[in-house]
Parts: sequence; C-alpha cells; structure tokens
Amino acid sequence: MEDILAARLQMALSLGFHIVFACIGMVMPFFMATSHLLWIKTGNDVYKNLTKAWSKGVAIFFATGAVSGTVLSFELGLLWPTFMKHAGPIFGMPFSLEGTAFFIEAIALGFFLYGWNIFDKWFHWFTGVVVGLSGLASGILVVSANAWMNSPAGFDYVNGAYINVDPIAAMFNDAWLSQSIHMTLAAFAATGFAVAGVHAAMIYQQKNVRFHMKAFKIAAVFAAVASLLQPLSGDHSAKDVAIRQPAKLAAMEAHFHTERGADLIVGGIPNAKEQTVDYAIKLPGMLSWLAFGDTEAEVKGLNDIPADFHPPVAVVHYAFQIMVGIGGLLALISLLFFVALRKSHWLTQKWFLMLFTLATPLGFIAVEAGWTVTEVGRQPWIIYGVMKTADAVTPMPGIAWSFYLFTAVYLSLSFVVVYLLHRQIKVVPVVYDKPTST
Amino acid sequence: MSTIVTAYLCLSVLLYFLLGGADFGAGIIEMFTSKKNVTRTRKTLYQAIGPIWEANHMWLIIAIVILFVGFPSIYSLLSIHLHIPLLVLLMGIIARGTAFVFRHYDAIRDGMQDVYNKVFVVSSVITPLFLGILAGSILAGHIDPDADNFFDAYIYPWFNLFSVSIGLFTVALCGFLAAVYLIGEADNEHDRKRFVTKAKISNLLAVGFGLLVFASAQIDKVPLTDWLFRNPVGLTAVMAASASLVVLWQWINRKRPAILRVLVAFQVSMILLAITYAHFPNVILLVDGQAISLTESEAPEKTMQSLGWALIIGSLFILPALYYLFYSFQKNEDYAH
Repeated sequence: MEDILAARLQMALSLGFHIVFACIGMVMPFFMATSHLLWIKTGNDVYKNLTKAWSKGVAIFFATGAVSGTVLSFELGLLWPTFMKHAGPIFGMPFSLEGTAFFIEAIALGFFLYGWNIFDKWFHWFTGVVVGLSGLASGILVVSANAWMNSPAGFDYVNGAYINVDPIAAMFNDAWLSQSIHMTLAAFAATGFAVAGVHAAMIYQQKNVRFHMKAFKIAAVFAAVASLLQPLSGDHSAKDVAIRQPAKLAAMEAHFHTERGADLIVGGIPNAKEQTVDYAIKLPGMLSWLAFGDTEAEVKGLNDIPADFHPPVAVVHYAFQIMVGIGGLLALISLLFFVALRKSHWLTQKWFLMLFTLATPLGFIAVEAGWTVTEVGRQPWIIYGVMKTADAVTPMPGIAWSFYLFTAVYLSLSFVVVYLLHRQIKVVPVVYDKPTST
Repeated sequence: MSTIVTAYLCLSVLLYFLLGGADFGAGIIEMFTSKKNVTRTRKTLYQAIGPIWEANHMWLIIAIVILFVGFPSIYSLLSIHLHIPLLVLLMGIIARGTAFVFRHYDAIRDGMQDVYNKVFVVSSVITPLFLGILAGSILAGHIDPDADNFFDAYIYPWFNLFSVSIGLFTVALCGFLAAVYLIGEADNEHDRKRFVTKAKISNLLAVGFGLLVFASAQIDKVPLTDWLFRNPVGLTAVMAASASLVVLWQWINRKRPAILRVLVAFQVSMILLAITYAHFPNVILLVDGQAISLTESEAPEKTMQSLGWALIIGSLFILPALYYLFYSFQKNEDYAH
C-alpha cells in the first residue's frame, strides 16, 4: 500500500472513530442533565436512576473519546508533519481554546460522576450541564479548525511562504459557522436517534417499560428537533459550498458539465469516463435552485475544473446521497414522533417502536457520510487551493503497518464498547429499575 | 508574550510529569502488588485518582497544543523522527485510558476484569517507559534531520542506550511518585507500611537507573555531567534534589503525607530543571552538536500573542476549577475516614 493512501486511510479511520465518541460525549450530557432536572423537579426516582445509568454511558464514551482525541493531536503530526508545520500557527487558535474546553469538561465530569450525595443538588446538576456545554464548545472549535482547511483565511501565501498570519481571522473563516451548525445538529440528531433507538428496542421487548419510556422520550425530543432543523442548515451549507468549493459541489452532485438551469441528480452511478450519471433521477433546474436560489443560475461543472483538482467523484456523490437520504428519512420520523406525542397510544405500538429501533444507527451513518463528503470532497487539497495532501504526508515509510495497527486497535475497542453497553443495559432491571420500585 | 507561552509549556510538561506520572505509577505499583493485597490496593488507587484522573492527562494535550501552535517546526521534526516511539506511546495511552475506565464501569464483574487489569498494568509501564524514551531522545543528540537511510532517520534517534536508560529511570520515578502519594491515601497501618516499602524500593530503583543514565551518557557522549555539575543552576538543583531525598527518607515513617508529597514533587521538578537548564533555550539536541532552539522556533508574533492570551484566559477557568476538584475530593475522603 502506498504511504499516502495508508496515511489517508489511517486519518479517516481515526477521525471516523473519534467522531462517534465525540458526538455522543458532547450530546449525552444534555440528556443526562434533562433527566437530572426532572428528578430534582418531580422527585421521581426513575429519573434519578436514569441519570445515573446514562452517566455510566457518558463516562465510557468520554474516556474513549478523550483517548482517541489525544491520539489525533499526535496523528496530525505523525501523518501530516509538513501540513502542521505551516498550518499549526495559523489554524491553531481553536485548538488552543479547545484545550481549555476539554480540560473544563474533564474537571466537570469528575465533579458530576463522583459528586452524588456530596454537593448541593443544584451545583451537582450544574456540573453536568458544564460537561455538555464545554463538550459542545470543543466540538464547534474543532469543526472551525476543519472549516479552515476548506476555506483558508488569516494568512497570505506568497511564493511558498505563509505570511501576515492572523489566527483570529483564520478561526472565523467563511465556513466555520455553516459547518459548526451542521455538525452540532448532526451530533444531536445522530446521538438522539441512537439512544432513542436502544430504549425503543427495550420497550418493544416489554422490558422495564416505565424506565425506558422516560429515556426514550428525552432522547427522541432532542433528536426530532435537531433532525427537523438539519435540512435548513444543510441548505445553508450547500449554498456556501457552491460559492467556495465548486469542485466539491460538482462531485457531490456528479455534475460533469457547467450549465444554466442544472438538474438535481438523485442517486445514479457516476461514470467518470463518459462523464455521465447512469440510472439517476433528474429534477430539472433544482440544482441551480438549491445552490443559488434561482432555477436558471449557472452551476460550474467538473469540465471547468482542471482534472488534477478533481476530487474522487463517485465516493463523494454516494456519500452525499446517503447523507441527504438519511437526513430526509430522519426528518420524517421526527414529524411522526411529534404526532405521537399527541396520539400517545402510538408510543407503545409495535410499528412505531420498530421504526425507531431500525433508525438506531442511521444518524451515525449519515454523520460518517457527511464527513466523507467534506473531507474527500476537498481532495486533492489538504488546505484548499494552497497545499496538496500528497505534499503534506510524512516521509517515514511503511505507514501501512501503522494503519493496520490502528485498524486492529479501533476495531477491538469498538467491540468492547458495544459489549460494555450491552452489559449496562442488561443490568437495568437489577440496578436501575428494580421490580419493587415499579 | 513568548515568555508566557514558554512558561506555560514548561508548566504543563512539569504538571503532566507529576500528576500523570503519579497516575502511571499507580498502575506500576498495582503490577508489583501481591495477589493478597491487590484488591485493596486497587480500591485505594481508585479512590485516590478516580475523580481527577481524566484531568491529570489533560496536561499532555495542553503541552502538545502549545507545541504545534507555538513551535510548529519542533512538533513537525519530532513527529517525523520519533514516529515509532510516539506510536507506541499512543497505543499505551489508548490501552491505559480505556482499561482504567472500563474496569470500573463494566456493569458485570467477571473474568473480563482480569483482562482490564492486565491491560491497565502493562500499559502503565509501557506508556511512561516510552515517554521517558522520547524525553531522552530529544537530549541524546541522535536526531539527524538530513539522514538518508531508515535507521539513521527513524530508529537510532530513540533506540540508543541513553534514551532507553532515561525511559527506565522515568518508570522508576513514576512508581516512586505514586508510592509516596499513596502513603497518604492508605486507610490502615498495614497498607501504609506497604506503600512506604514500595516507595523505598522504587526510590532505590530510580537511583540505580539514574546511575545507568550517567553511564549511558558517557557511552553515548551526552554532556550530562557538564549540565549537572558545571552549571551553577544545574548543580544547585541536583544538590537540592539530593538534600530533599535525605529529608524524605528521614520523614517517610512519620505520618505527614502532605510533606512527603511536596518533597517528592520538589525532587522531580529539580531533576527536570537540572537536565534542561544548562542547554536552554536549545531544547532539541541533534547530531554533531547541532541544536534546535525553542526561541528560534517560535510561530509568528500574532500567533504567539493569541496563544498566550488563550492560555491565560484558559487557566483562569481551569486552575480554580481544578483546585476545587482536588480540594473537594480530598476533604470528602478525610471526612469518610
């Protein structure tokens, strides 16, 4: 395996792994704090037990997210030393703030997990909220660093030198806001559907229904609100990409030829050789409308972009279709959930619970797909328009071995985490929802 | 502002060494505890570091972020030539961090606990060993930025007598830090005595490996004796460390754990000062007596400004919160006794 390919795969694997834990680690504290608040307000011990049960999950995910995040801060240099040498001082600002946010999160988590019966209940609740808020801040900061790679700002690139560095301008680059909003909503939707799905499956099996129903409702409300807002944010992001990164948009849509009134291509198999998309559904003028708000607007195609600068079209196109498809589906399920809150008998019906159970992994599949769109869609650049990925890779040979090692480690770690969660759920009837208390 | 950034870098490396080091050391102590006592040791250890352990490892992140934002060429150079030991370090961090949390949060206690325990103790040795090797490598003078073959570029920079001796020395020091720390955490006389013995043994081991470091410095031509004995600050630091060691042995049986902790932290700080001061600001020593200076590797002015402010503002949040975290659980533990 070529070193550049191995390095890209290792980075993709590490980020793909971390993104799941980071999302759960930043969103679950909000579920936990909600349940905690309901316990303080109502005095109903089911909420207290739920908070404790979820906090175990948070601890497991936080620890795994913390180590995989630590690893990433080294991998940036291990795999892309040339990139970091030049980019570090420019896009480092969000990372230095993120260090603080992450630290606060770890401290607050220490207070929260070990603080039962020690602190004033409102202080204890507040530390849980701080875990969520600082996690959220970390997420936004890291995404804004990634946004800089898509939309470089805060420096001048003159004759191969990076001058007039302004880290604040780099942090608030053109893409930071749209990407941060999109990622934050995605984290809430994905985590919400994953958690709601697990609890729905338990209700479906008639296990500890009272406990799991409370959990299901909290998670599903967050998921549904985020999923309904996400299409708006997606539209915002697409319009942004259309202006800043026409090659990425063209790859997302497999849009080979520049034209006015461009069709929106749904599905299909891109044929790079023939520059066509086979078996696709075409919605006339809709791509122009989505990208520029005008059905007659001109959308740049790949033919107007030098072939050297084309991202891999098929991967980006498929990933984009998966993301949008799942996003749409989850928005529909979210509408159903709000209907179900009015027609409460739906909540215990088999088809409804099965729907949520099946949706468990969908949000995270969409997150991975969306991340693929943004990263693969930027290729061949590591800093868009400035530095190519191939020029950033480490000179050290044999990166494939490192990639195999990481694959083995992350696969086994994923396996253990799933196993641990399974065991957490298994003890719910014994530890969190004893028969005597129902 | 660059002085402030440098100060924060030194502070976070020192705190990581003291707090993270004691944390690693706790795993090392667990490894060398008999089966009869290990369950109790594990419990003491968990009570001691449970609430603060995630925070202890954040110092590493702070240090690495300061390095890649403020001193990017150093970060980049080390990432290239020390790729292999860094990779092992990362594996250790992953294994240790997850095993520690998994063994506590696994809802069912069964045979899996043995797996977590094994992974935890083994990675508790490997991680500081490689941290030490990395620290040794930046001083060993084997990094060759112009190397044209695999071994010179990626192996010898870290695989040399001096670096490996520093690695072993670091492991012993971590064990020593942890044992001294745990003396104050023991809730009965028997355990307290066990930790005192562990502290003595690990201290002797540290001295032994320290001698090995001197010997290997001679062989590898690292001017260690010059740094320690021909530089007034280095010499003062060495003498202060030795004096505090004598006091520590005197006091180790008296029940004043706080003083012991201060002494051991002081010693480790003095050792770090002694080996860095003489050649500062040259922090990375390369082949043929070349060196990379910290001050000459600084990022552009504006970056140092904003990094400095980020660190100052960050510590206004972090330090009080961290202090309160330590304080709350220390106080509460005393209360529980």
